[in-house]
Amino acid sequence: MKVITANRAIAEAVKLSKPKVVPVYPITPQTTISEYLATFVANGDLPAEYIRVESEHSAISAAVGASGTGVRVFTATSSQGLALMHEILFAAAGLRNPIVMGNANRALSAPLSIWNDQQDSISQRDTGWMQFFAESAQEALDLVLQAYKISENENVLLPSMVCVDGYYLTHTVEPVDIPTQEEVDEFLPPYRPKHAYLDPKDPMSLGTFTDPNYYMEARYDMEVAMEGAKNIIRTVNKEFEEKFGRKYDLVENYMCDDAEIILVAMGSICGTIKAVIDNMRKEGHKIGLLRVIAFRPFPKEDIYSTVKNADRIAVLDKNISFGIGGVLFNEIKAKMDVDARGFILGLGGRDVSNDDIRNIIKITKESTESDKINWIGLKEEEV
Amino acid sequence: MTAVGATVKEPGSSVKNKTGSWRTFKPVLDKDKCIDCENCFLFCPEGCITKENEIDYDYCKGCGICAEECPVKAIKMERG
Amino acid sequence: MEIPEQEFLAAGHRGCAGCGATIGARLALKMLGENTVAVSATGCLEVITTPYPETSWKVPWIHVAFENSAAVASGVERALKSQGKDDVNVVVFAGDGGTADIGLQSLSGAMERGHRIIYICYDNEAYMNTGVQRSGATPYGASTTTSPHGKESFGEDKPKKNIPMIMAAHGVPYVATASISYPEDFMKKVKKAAEMEGPAYIHLHQPCTTGWGYDPSKTIEMGRLAVDTGAWILYEIVDGEFKVTYRPLQRKPVNEYLNAQKRFKHLADEEKEKIQNYVNQVCAELKI
Ligand SMILES: Cc1ncc(C[n+]2csc(CCOP(=O)(O)OP(=O)(O)O)c2C)c(N)n1
Ligand code: SF4
Ligand code: SF4
Ligand code: SF4
Ligand SMILES: [Mg+2]
Repeated sequence: MKVITANRAIAEAVKLSKPKVVPVYPITPQTTISEYLATFVANGDLPAEYIRVESEHSAISAAVGASGTGVRVFTATSSQGLALMHEILFAAAGLRNPIVMGNANRALSAPLSIWNDQQDSISQRDTGWMQFFAESAQEALDLVLQAYKISENENVLLPSMVCVDGYYLTHTVEPVDIPTQEEVDEFLPPYRPKHAYLDPKDPMSLGTFTDPNYYMEARYDMEVAMEGAKNIIRTVNKEFEEKFGRKYDLVENYMCDDAEIILVAMGSICGTIKAVIDNMRKEGHKIGLLRVIAFRPFPKEDIYSTVKNADRIAVLDKNISFGIGGVLFNEIKAKMDVDARGFILGLGGRDVSNDDIRNIIKITKESTESDKINWIGLKEEEV
Repeated sequence: MTAVGATVKEPGSSVKNKTGSWRTFKPVLDKDKCIDCENCFLFCPEGCITKENEIDYDYCKGCGICAEECPVKAIKMERG
Repeated sequence: MEIPEQEFLAAGHRGCAGCGATIGARLALKMLGENTVAVSATGCLEVITTPYPETSWKVPWIHVAFENSAAVASGVERALKSQGKDDVNVVVFAGDGGTADIGLQSLSGAMERGHRIIYICYDNEAYMNTGVQRSGATPYGASTTTSPHGKESFGEDKPKKNIPMIMAAHGVPYVATASISYPEDFMKKVKKAAEMEGPAYIHLHQPCTTGWGYDPSKTIEMGRLAVDTGAWILYEIVDGEFKVTYRPLQRKPVNEYLNAQKRFKHLADEEKEKIQNYVNQVCAELKI
C-alpha cells in the first residue's frame, strides 16, 4: 500500500506493464505522469525508450510508429494536448494500434482553464478509442493494466484511453495497492501482434490508401471490434478480479436494484454522489448510482438493465454539446426508453457539492421538462 | 474483406496492375548500339528496364525518359 | 559505383508517366537495401504506391499522416532500437509540403532529438498530390493553382524556403542537397546518410511533369537544367563542413531552365532577370 496520486498510480501501472516506447509531452494536470516516467527510465526502473517529443501531435505520431513495429507503447496527455492529437487518434485506431494513453481530464480553451471537466476525452468519442473513466487512483492503476490486455486482444486491437479527473484524482493522494511485477507478468502477457508490424524480415505496408471499394469494410471492422470489446472487457475484468481481488465491470451498480431515482455519472464525482446516497438512504430515500466506467465501448445493455426499473434517471455530464446538452445524457436517451433528466455541471473545475447532488435529485423528481438542459452550480447573477 | 487496419502483406503487389496499357509510344532498344551506360535502367520511373537492357512492356508507360537519356540514341520511341 | 540491380519499389504504381518522385525513391532504396523501414508522408509518392490492396513497397512501410512523418519515424526508430534492431535503416520520404510547411515542426523535433533516421524530402516544389498548390518550397515566379499569375500577379512572390540550411542550423550531422538527375551523387549521399550515427537530411530536387508543365520524357533533363543553371545547387554538409559536390563546367543562363516549363512561361523579362540575379548572387558566394 502506497499513498499516492492517480498520476503516480498510472505511472506505476505503466512501469509494471513494461512498454518499450514512451513518447510523452507535459501538460497540466498530466505533467507529473511524464515526469515520473522520465525518472523511472532515468533510474533504470523502466527499460523503455522515452521520447522527448516536441508536441502531443508528435507524441501520438511516434506512438503510432512505435506500435507499428509491434511493441507496447504508452503515452499520456490532457485537454489541449488531446485536442492537438485529434487527427492522429483516428489513425491510431484505424491502424489498429493497441496504444494505451492516460488522459487527465481537463477543460478546453477558450476561455483558458486548467481545471477539470471531461470535455476533452468526450470530444474524442468517435475516434475509435476505448475510454475508461476511473473513480480513484487505485482504479487508474488497475484500468491501465486491464486496458493493455483488452486493447491487445486480437479481436479488439483498438487503443485505450484511461481517463482520470484533473486535480480531483491527478493531484490528491489516497492509499493504492501496487501489485508485484510477478503478478502483473502473469496477468499481462507480452504483446505479439499478427495483424501488422514493421519488420524487414516480413515486409508489409501499413496505412494504405483505400478507395470506396474498401474503406467502409475497414470501418465496419472497427465497429465490430468495439462492440465485441464489451465481452472481452468482462472477461479481462474477471481475470483481474481472480488475480488481484478487485472487481470491475463496464458499469458499477451502486444501490440501483431498488432505487426509484438513479444518477448516472462518470469519474471522481461518483465519490461525492455515493456519500450523498449513503446519507439519503438513511433518511429513507431510494437513490442509486450507475457509474459508467467504459464510455467506449458504450455499455447500453448494462446501463439499461440497471436503470430500467427506476422511476427516473438523472444523467450528469461534465461536458456540453451546445444546443443539445450533455453527451452521456443524449446517448442514453438515444439508446433506451428511459425517463431521464440531463444535468451539466463541474465545467472548468466548478465545484460540485453534496447540496448540488441533492438538488439534482430534487429536480429529477419534480421536473416535467425532459428536454431541458439543467445547469448546476451556475452563478445566476453572472449570466 | 478489408484486412485489419487495411494492411497489405504482399510486398510489391502493385505488379498486378499492368501499367503498360497507359502507353502510346513504345521504347525500342537496339542492343547493338547500346554502350551499357545504365542510364535507362537508372532513370526509368517504373524500374522496368533491367541492367541487361530488357524492357518490361507490361509496365512501361512510354514516358520516353529512357530514349531521351540514352547517350547513343539506342532507344527509339515508336508508335504502338 | 556499383548500383544494385534489385528493385525495392515495384512497378505497377500509379505515378504519372515520367514521374520523378518514383525515380528518387527507387534509387534511394537501392542504396539502403532490404534492411530498411520506410515512412511516407501523405503526398504523391504515398498515394501512387499504396492503392489498397496493393503496395509497390518491398520493404516495410508505414504512412500515418501529412505532417508527422518525422515523428512517426522517431517512434519507429526507437521501437526498433528497443528490440535490438539498431541496424535497420529508417528512411522517410516526404514531399516539400510535408517538409517545408506542415511537417516542419515534427521534422525539427526529430532532428533535434538526434534519431538515426534518413529523412529524404522529395521536392517537386508544390503540393502535387492535391493539384499543384504552392508550398514554401515553390520558387519565385512559379505559377501554381494557389499562386496563379494574372493581371495583379506574376505567380509565387516569395523565394524558396531554404530547408537544408534550417536543418544544418539544427546541427544535423549530415545534410545534403541532391537531384534525381545526378543519380550517382544522390546515391552516394544516401549511402553516407545511412552510415551516420545520427540523423541525416537529404533534400532531393525532383522535377514533376504534371506540375511543372513539360513533356514527360524531359524529367531528367529538367533536373539537369536546374543544376546546370545554378538554380539548384548540389552540396553536402558533413558535421558542419560545407562542400559543393558538383560544379557545372559552364553555368547556363537560367532562362534555359525557366523557358522549358509552363509554370514560368508567363514571366516577364524583368522577373526572369531578378531570378538570374538572385542565382548569380548565390553562385558567386559558392564560386559556381
Ligand atoms: C492535415 C492535412 N492537410 C491537408 C492535407 C491535404 N494534402 C494531402 S497531400 C497534400 C500536398 C502534398 O504536397 P507535398 O508534400 O509537396 O507532396 P507531393 O504531393 O507534392 O508529392 C495536401 C495539401 C492532408 N492530407 N492533411
Ligand atoms: S519509356 Fe519510360 S516507362 Fe518505358 S521503359 Fe522508358 S523510361 Fe521506363
Ligand atoms: S541508356 Fe542507351 S546506352 Fe545506356 S544502357 Fe540504356 S540503351 Fe544502353
Ligand atoms: S504529379 Fe508529379 S510527383 Fe505526382 S505522380 Fe505525377 S509526376 Fe509524380
Ligand atoms: Mg510537392
